[in-house]
Amino acid sequence: MMAPLAAAIMLFLGAALAGSAFGQEAPSEDIQIGLSTDRVSITSDFAGANLTIFGAVDDIDPLISRQGGYDVIVVLEGPPRTTVVRKKTRVLGMWINTHSLVFRDVPASYSVALTRQPQDITDTANYERLALRVENVRLQPLDADGNPQTIQEFTAALRARKLAAGLYVERPGGVQFLSRSLFRATLQLAPNVPVGTHRARAFLFRNGTFVRETSAALTIRKAGIEQRIFEFAHQNGLLYGLGAVFVAILTGWVGRLVFRRD
Amino acid sequence: MVSRVGIYLPIAEISVNMVVLLAMGGAVGFLSGMFGVGGGFLITPLLIFYNIPPAIAVATGANQVIASSFSGALAHFKRGSLDVKLGLVLLAGGVVGSSLGIYVFAYLRRLGQLDLIVSLLYVAFLGSIGGLMLIESVRAIRRAKRGQGATLRRPGQHNWIHRLPLKMRFRASKLFVSVIPIVGIGAIIGFLASIMGVGGGFIMVPALIYLLKVPTNVVIGTSLFQIVFVAAFTTVIHSTANQTVDIVLAFLLMVGGVAGAQYGARVGQRLRGEQLRALLALLVLAVALRLAFDLFVRPASLYSLATGGV
Repeated sequence: MMAPLAAAIMLFLGAALAGSAFGQEAPSEDIQIGLSTDRVSITSDFAGANLTIFGAVDDIDPLISRQGGYDVIVVLEGPPRTTVVRKKTRVLGMWINTHSLVFRDVPASYSVALTRQPQDITDTANYERLALRVENVRLQPLDADGNPQTIQEFTAALRARKLAAGLYVERPGGVQFLSRSLFRATLQLAPNVPVGTHRARAFLFRNGTFVRETSAALTIRKAGIEQRIFEFAHQNGLLYGLGAVFVAILTGWVGRLVFRRD
Repeated sequence: MVSRVGIYLPIAEISVNMVVLLAMGGAVGFLSGMFGVGGGFLITPLLIFYNIPPAIAVATGANQVIASSFSGALAHFKRGSLDVKLGLVLLAGGVVGSSLGIYVFAYLRRLGQLDLIVSLLYVAFLGSIGGLMLIESVRAIRRAKRGQGATLRRPGQHNWIHRLPLKMRFRASKLFVSVIPIVGIGAIIGFLASIMGVGGGFIMVPALIYLLKVPTNVVIGTSLFQIVFVAAFTTVIHSTANQTVDIVLAFLLMVGGVAGAQYGARVGQRLRGEQLRALLALLVLAVALRLAFDLFVRPASLYSLATGGV
C-alpha cells in the first residue's frame, strides 16, 4: 500500500522541481551572473549594440559538463508596459483602426540568448512552464473575459509586431561556455531599446531539465542633450512649451533682422 | 566616409537627416514668401511623409508657425497695417477653439484615430482649397488672355452678419460689427491650429475679407498677429498635455523657413499673380492626393502597437 504512494510522491516532486529533488544526490549546481555595471547609458545616435553578461555555474558535475549536458539561457526582459494593439480594416475603401485590445505588463523588449538551438536544450513543455522564449512571453489582455478568438489573434499580432520591430529576439549560440563553468551571454539591444529597468535572468539546464535560475536588474538610460530635452519635456511640459515659443519668436525676430527687406 | 548629417529628434525619438529638414523648411518658407501664406499646411503633411508621427508633426508645425508669423506680424506692426483690437477679439475665440482642439486631439489619440482624422482634415481642406484656387486662377489666366482686367468684386453693403447683436467698434478696420462672428472665426482657426498644426491664414484671410468686410490692407497683418498668439498658445498646451512638440525639429524648420521666405518673396514679386496661384493650387492638390493615397492603400501590416497611457 505504502510503496506505490511513496513512488507517486517522488515522481510528483521530480516533475515539480524538474529533477532537482531526485534522491539524495540532489545536484547543487548554482548559477550566477555578474553585470559589470547596473546602468547602461546609450547615446542618442545609438544604433543597436550587444550587451555582454558573464556568468558562472558552480559545483558542476565534470562528467556531465564534458558531455555538454549543461545549457544556459539568458533573457533580458524590458520594463513592463501597457500596450494597445490596433487592427486596421477597410472602411469605405480606407484603412482605418477599427479594433483594439489592451494588454497589461507587456515586456517592452525581450532578448533571449541560448547555448544551442532551443529544441536541443529542453522540450516545449518546459519552456512553457518557465514562460521562457518569445513564444511563451506572458501576454495578458487587460480584459481577460473577451472573445478568446480575438484575444488569440491580437496576442499573435502583438508578438509578431514585437519580433518585426526587433524588440523580441532569440539568438541560439548567444551563450558560450568559456571554460567548464564560466559562460558569456551576448544579448542584442535593438536601436529602439526601451529605457527603464530591465531584468536579466539566467536559466541553467542539466541534460534537458531545469535546475536553477538567477536574476539581476539593469537600468538602461539614454544619455546626452537629447535625453535631457526629452526628460524636461515630459517633466515640465509648461516650461518646455514656453521655451519652444520663445525659441520660435527669437528665430522669427532674428530672421527679420538678417533678411529684412523693408 | 560620408559626413554625418543625421540628427536625433528627442521627442519624435528618431534620427533624421538635418539637411532634408532644413531644405524642407526652406522650400516651404520659399513658397510661403512667394505666395504670402503661412506654410503650416504644407509643413505638417511633409513631416508625415517623412515618417514623423502625425501627433508630433502637428504640434511641431504649430511651433514652427510662430516664427514665420512673428516676423511677418512685426513688419505689419511697424507699417501700422494691423488692427490690434480686432486681433485680440479673434484671439479670445482662438484660445477657446485651441483648448477645445487640444482636448479632441488627446481624445482621438487615445482612441487611435488621430492619424486618420488629421489625414482626413488635410485631404478635405487642401483638396477643396486647392481645387477652388485652381479654378479661380485658371479663370484669371483666361481673362488675362482675353485682355480684360480683373473684375473687382463689389461686396454687398450688409449681410446677415451685420445684424447680429453685441456690436463693437474697430477703428483701424473702420468696422462696427458684432463680436459673435469674430469670436466664432477665431475659435474655428484655433481649433484647426491645434488639430492640424496650421496657422489658419488660408481660412482667416478670406473669412475676414468676405464675411466681415475688413479692409484688405489690415487683413494680413491682423491675421498674422492673431496666428502668432494662437500658435504660441497651442504650442504651450500641446507641450503640457501631450508632450508632442519637438523643439529640435521645429528649430530646423524655422531656420530653413525664415531664410527661404525672404527669397520666395523676392521671386514672388517678379511673377504673375494668377500663374503663381495656379502653381500653388497644383502643389496643394498634389499634397492632398498623396495623403488620400496613403489612406486607401493596404498598409504593410494591419496591426500596430501603441504603448503608454490608456
